[in-house]
Amino acid sequence: MGQLLEIKNLHARVEGKAILDGIELTIDAGEVHAVMGPNGSGKSTLAYVLSGREGYEVTEGEVIFEGKDLLAMAPEERARAGIFLAFQYPIEIPGVSTSVFLKSAVNILRRERGESELDAMDFLKRAKEKLAALRMDQKFLSRPVNVGFSGGEKKRSEIFQMAMLEPKLAILDETDSGLDIDALKIVAEGINALRSPEKATLMITHYQRLLDYVVPDKVHVLAHGRIVKTGGKELALELEEKGYAAFDAASKDAA
Amino acid sequence: MAVSSETLETVRSVTGGEYKYGFVTDIESDFAPRGLNEDIVRFISAKKEEPDWLLQWRLKAYRFWTGLEHEEPKWSKVQHPPIDFQDAYYYAAPKEAKDGPKSLDEVDPELLRTYEKLGIPLREQEVLAGVAVDAVFDSISVATTYKEKLAELGIVFCPFSEAVKEHPDLVQKYLGSVVPYSDNFYATLNSAVFSDGSFVYIPPGVRCPMELSTYFRINAANTGQFERTLIIADRDSYVSYLEGCTAPMRDENQLHAAVVELVTHDNAEIKYATIQNWYPGDKDGKGGIYNFVTKRGACRGRNSKISWTQVETGSAITWKYPSVILQGDNSIGEFYSVAVTNNYQQADTGTKMIHIGKNTRSTIISKGISAGHGQNTYRGLVRVMPKAKGARNYTQCDSLLIGDSCGGHTVPYIEVRNPTARVEHEASASKISDDQLFYCRQRGLDLEDAVSVIVNGFCKEVFQKLPMEFAVEAQKLLDVSLEGSVG
Ligand SMILES: Nc1ncnc2c1ncn2[C@@H]1O[C@H](COP(=O)(O)OP(=O)(O)O)[C@@H](O)[C@H]1O
Ligand SMILES: [Mg+2]
Repeated sequence: MGQLLEIKNLHARVEGKAILDGIELTIDAGEVHAVMGPNGSGKSTLAYVLSGREGYEVTEGEVIFEGKDLLAMAPEERARAGIFLAFQYPIEIPGVSTSVFLKSAVNILRRERGESELDAMDFLKRAKEKLAALRMDQKFLSRPVNVGFSGGEKKRSEIFQMAMLEPKLAILDETDSGLDIDALKIVAEGINALRSPEKATLMITHYQRLLDYVVPDKVHVLAHGRIVKTGGKELALELEEKGYAAFDAASKDAA
Repeated sequence: MAVSSETLETVRSVTGGEYKYGFVTDIESDFAPRGLNEDIVRFISAKKEEPDWLLQWRLKAYRFWTGLEHEEPKWSKVQHPPIDFQDAYYYAAPKEAKDGPKSLDEVDPELLRTYEKLGIPLREQEVLAGVAVDAVFDSISVATTYKEKLAELGIVFCPFSEAVKEHPDLVQKYLGSVVPYSDNFYATLNSAVFSDGSFVYIPPGVRCPMELSTYFRINAANTGQFERTLIIADRDSYVSYLEGCTAPMRDENQLHAAVVELVTHDNAEIKYATIQNWYPGDKDGKGGIYNFVTKRGACRGRNSKISWTQVETGSAITWKYPSVILQGDNSIGEFYSVAVTNNYQQADTGTKMIHIGKNTRSTIISKGISAGHGQNTYRGLVRVMPKAKGARNYTQCDSLLIGDSCGGHTVPYIEVRNPTARVEHEASASKISDDQLFYCRQRGLDLEDAVSVIVNGFCKEVFQKLPMEFAVEAQKLLDVSLEGSVG
């Protein structure tokens, strides 16, 4: 399978402070990658840089997505090219129902892919299927986007949106944190359901427990804005045993 | 629709803009000279072949107004250079079709672009832009058929000037009974010189089967800048009335001072919805309409209800406070408002709920949106009189700011003179956050769509009160007026 995403020597800063310090990472279509690291190591920053959030300034390096210069694209262009970010802290939009919001997003992406737009009926049918798979209530659709959602509901809503938008590259920023074990399994099913030879997933996580249910092809350890170690799924277990401290030391040596 | 600039040009070329005495005898003429005096008032009344009582009423108003001169209301937050009331025309014949553009090719392309954005069909664009259309115009036949249907039910819906002729008793009984000629500077001016407007009467027990809309009348009667509207819902009746221009009017005239009076008797209900989209002026605040309007309803009967819904996106300055006087026991007043100010627009708008009867209830939901250098003020009064036992009010005022140069203000007045009353007031001020914009864009929406989605969500409670097609139109209008406010 071909290369989907290539991150080369990526440096970025936030409010003048250097956070990413030369990230190298390549993801092929069909793969699931996990990026693990302690709090403050730059995981969310990486997710935001890839999705184009303002205020995250790239100072060096490049990112190629399907042969295109990702960093030159506006956030919505990246979304339309197939990049989806499940937010660590999803944002509330009062008064806008989840269905209205999502339907317009789904149809924008469908148009972009040259597919026909979903009408209200088709959209509802599909939404109900996906909600059922995630054991979510249909009432969800009429609730305003993320308003008054519990932490777990917000995370599930992100996975629901991902399922509806069918991205090529899904970036999941700590989607597992704050979920109980049952919810975690359901979310994992949702992620696995989207696995396909054309698509890829970048899971950002602090713990390895999600990786018991969504088995990654590769695991990367991020510390001080750099990937200090890459391995298979067993690396996650090693991390769990030894803690991040060991890798922390390694990164400092390298610095 | 206000007097067209073309007409004024004609008037100027004929009169040289000079004041001429003695013109009154010449009622064949189609214009009155510049300025305002008693003769002009008489002239207007004579042109309309009004009965003497109405002329006397106009004159009383005019004399009262001269006593008020230079006493325009100063308490609102709006600012504008002084208006020279003698430098305006108060009567001109409706614009002749032949004076207008011959086809859409002659209409300002900027205006057409806006119509297109609003999704207005070509045929309607022609009407709105004042293009001379064929005598056989679709909506005229529509208007006629539905007029017949209304007549069967005893419903009166006609231009104000026609009502004066056909239903003088009703007009005389109710005109000025809610907004007296002495009410305020602009209402007084309107009483003296009002041009035309709408009149509605719903007889007892009748539920008006369709939304009454001024839109159907735009073509029929060229209502002026001093419109006068009177709606009476007799006992056990119901009517929903829609007022609005679906598109911005290019209008050189500055002042638009309308008066609307509503009356409900026992168990009657009036819903009055407005979409106001007069020309707001350009990006630098040049031009635009001063929209100084007095709207008030009286719930005279028990269990009666008056509901105002307004979406105010146009005008350089909006100054209006659609109010309800809750006289009948158990009567209900509602005010749902969205006001948008962009560029240099100013809005000072709100409502007055006057609780007089027992167990009267009122609800106020106000959504102010400011962008650019816009200034948006909610000004409202909730007054509970000593006899209004068990009165209740709920007020919610939210303002949304887009950018750093605009302002949102809330000025609520609450006067409670009955200890059993319950009055609640909530207010919030927020900004469209970068987080919200980014979240939307991450899902594929562009910046403009993102702003539109967020703003429409903010206005949802008010839009829900509008009839479906109006709600869709209101959303589009909002998008147009906020165009370019972000990014
Ligand atoms: N908006 C911001 N403003 C200032 N500092 C930030 C901002 N976002 C992140 N940082 C800083 O960048 C570093 C990395 O943060 P983040 O990427 O959120 O880490 P992680 O997701 O791995 O916990 C932290 O030191 C954090 O304080
Ligand atoms: Mg994080």
